[in-house]
Amino acid sequence: MGKKVLMKGNEAIGEAAILAGCRAYFCYPITPQTEVAEYLARRMPEVGGTFLQGESEVAVSYMLFGAGGAGVKVFTSSSSPGISLMAEGMSYIATAELPIVLINVMRNGPGLGGILPAQADYFQATKGAGHGDYHFIVLAPSSVQEAVDLIVKSFDMAEKYSNPVMLVADGMIGQMMEPVELPTFDEPPSPYVKGHEKWATTGAKGRERNLVKTLFLNPHEGQDHNVKLQTKYKEIEANEIAFEEIDTDGDLDVLLVSFGTMARVCKTAMESLKAEGVKVGMLRPISLWPFPLQRIRDLADKTKLVVSVELSMGQMVEDVERAVQGKTPVGFFGRAGGIVPTPDEVKDGILNLMKES
Amino acid sequence: MATTVFKRPESMSTNITHYCPGCTHGIVHRLVGEVLDELGLRERAIGIAPVGCSVLCYNYFNIDFQESAHGRAPAMATGIKRTRPDTIVFTYQGDGDLASIGTNELIHAANRGERITTVFVNNAIYGMTGGQMAPTTMPGQVTTTCPMGRDVQTMGHPLRVSEMLATLKTPSYIARVAVHKPSYVIEAKRALKKAFQYQVEGRCYSLVEFLSTCPTNWAMTPSQSTKWLEDTMLPYYPLGEFKTPDEEE
Amino acid sequence: MPRVTIEKDRCKGCSLCVEACPQQVLEMSLDINVKGYFYARPVRAHHCIGCRVCAITCPDVAIEVAVHGTLYHYFDY
Ligand SMILES: Cc1ncc(C[n+]2csc(CCOP(=O)(O)OP(=O)(O)O)c2C)c(N)n1
Ligand code: SF4
Ligand code: SF4
Ligand code: SF4
Repeated sequence: MGKKVLMKGNEAIGEAAILAGCRAYFCYPITPQTEVAEYLARRMPEVGGTFLQGESEVAVSYMLFGAGGAGVKVFTSSSSPGISLMAEGMSYIATAELPIVLINVMRNGPGLGGILPAQADYFQATKGAGHGDYHFIVLAPSSVQEAVDLIVKSFDMAEKYSNPVMLVADGMIGQMMEPVELPTFDEPPSPYVKGHEKWATTGAKGRERNLVKTLFLNPHEGQDHNVKLQTKYKEIEANEIAFEEIDTDGDLDVLLVSFGTMARVCKTAMESLKAEGVKVGMLRPISLWPFPLQRIRDLADKTKLVVSVELSMGQMVEDVERAVQGKTPVGFFGRAGGIVPTPDEVKDGILNLMKES
Repeated sequence: MATTVFKRPESMSTNITHYCPGCTHGIVHRLVGEVLDELGLRERAIGIAPVGCSVLCYNYFNIDFQESAHGRAPAMATGIKRTRPDTIVFTYQGDGDLASIGTNELIHAANRGERITTVFVNNAIYGMTGGQMAPTTMPGQVTTTCPMGRDVQTMGHPLRVSEMLATLKTPSYIARVAVHKPSYVIEAKRALKKAFQYQVEGRCYSLVEFLSTCPTNWAMTPSQSTKWLEDTMLPYYPLGEFKTPDEEE
Repeated sequence: MPRVTIEKDRCKGCSLCVEACPQQVLEMSLDINVKGYFYARPVRAHHCIGCRVCAITCPDVAIEVAVHGTLYHYFDY
């Protein structure tokens, strides 16, 4: 690990992509992540990379496809309404198995919503915004440091699985200044995806031509491709589930499940809950897809109540219920519209749910 | 000894196309293949297939290809060319793809001056989906979604893409050609060769619009289609170079 | 003498070449090829001047033209 610097989340996100070897970034401005674009507009030329502001997020998603299909490490950042526009491209990118990385610095919705932090794009991210049976790997950092680390990791994962990776942060992480330790490498990572010669379009010189496509008119071919994707998804599910557990030893009165910024608030709320004698633990999913179903299922056996705490009207709670399988009551506490609840509100909310259950 | 004076270009594969008899997509394909051969670009070329009848056009070429979503080819081409500047990148697009769903991507790729070439096949109809109205459909032309003929009072007049793009300051080369008769094909090839040559020279955006036939959805024989194109499309879509690099700067 | 060769099974029978040939070298056959199309074929091969117009107009790259000796073309292609 390298030097510690104080950085704004959005700028750290941009720098992390460069450190990971990425030399191609396409974007369209949208609050609360525009600083990523502004940062990279300066930084990419300094490192000999490509920076381009596209005409829309729709176009940006295909610039990612094009560059990804040409075997280069490519990145974009956007926020909720922008990600909706990228939904079409995301389906194509996942189908073509292109190793692109993007971050959604989520803001409140639906519609134009607002520019304040939210986590209401959970369904969009984990269930697929676009059409068809596909998955992005979805990772949720809860600090600027973790955002940096996960971006670097995302490029590796994308390359390893030939699968797109989406990070979901929120406006809070994007706007926050925090000390971060930027990773260092003995050898700087390549701007090209490993092994791309086998499939990427770079000009068919001295080899068979390469073709990057998503059309499978023959139903058997179409099914085979789907099966291939699902096999890969199973492998990702087996290897890449990531989460943090806090105070989950022993029996619990309540287990919180929460990610990103909301999990940080929960951590503080846990202290006051404990002060009131509540045995509380938390599981913080870091990978939202694949989701830590089994671990939550196991923990559900030793808690009286599981509560999903989200900056939404209740989305991840559906996966929590799926994990718990009715073994234990599942409650939900959430805020929307860009409101980040205080630790005390969370505490009161949890106490109420405990009373009800 | 016999000398072959006309044969399939190396850049094309031997596959027989899926196009309908007399469909001029095939001619445009061949012109692309011939130009890539003649300029020695086969090993540097990357094509982008559209969504439309020519979605499978990569089956007919021996070059690297990406297949786009409907209308997004220019954005994809941008992503490739910006990150692989030594390649020769072209999009192949129909009029529904380019002039309807993909106008935004088209105009901005052209206006940014992406160093790519667009092969634009204007057959005044949506071919692949079975003959619906396109923005380029002629006034009065009957299609399945304007069964009484295109009414310009409600649907406006056909979009003249080349003229529109020629109003932009940035692009290098914009030309409209036709391929319904051999004399026009010869001219068309000259224009396409220029467009690719400009890209090789590092000049920015070039587009060649090919007036093309769709005998199947026009419900005509190939030779009737040729005549209809000549009589109906040519007067509205004049041929020529609308922008050349010399006017640039 | 120029020689025009039509790959029978590539032909889709559009007849554009027949209409384009200035020398009436080509005609549509009365039999069908493997794809079920009436295909074009040279019937007055000795009239062929090797101008390539038929090949230039063929959407299916079914036509090859070869010439013997030197042949001056009226147009570049
Ligand atoms: C997003 C989206 N909308 C609609 C379609 C359906 N679609 C496929 S091809 C096509 C029209 C193609 O017409 P054109 O671009 O003129 O090409 P042609 O088939 O005439 O060569 C449409 C509407 C699609 N594939 N994707
Ligand atoms: S439908 Fe029209 S455009 Fe499509 S292959 Fe047939 S003739 Fe050509
Ligand atoms: S080469 Fe010319 S003369 Fe000979 S068959 Fe073809 S069109 Fe006719
Ligand atoms: S132009 Fe080609 S496809 Fe059409 S009839 Fe002649 S040889 Fe056959």
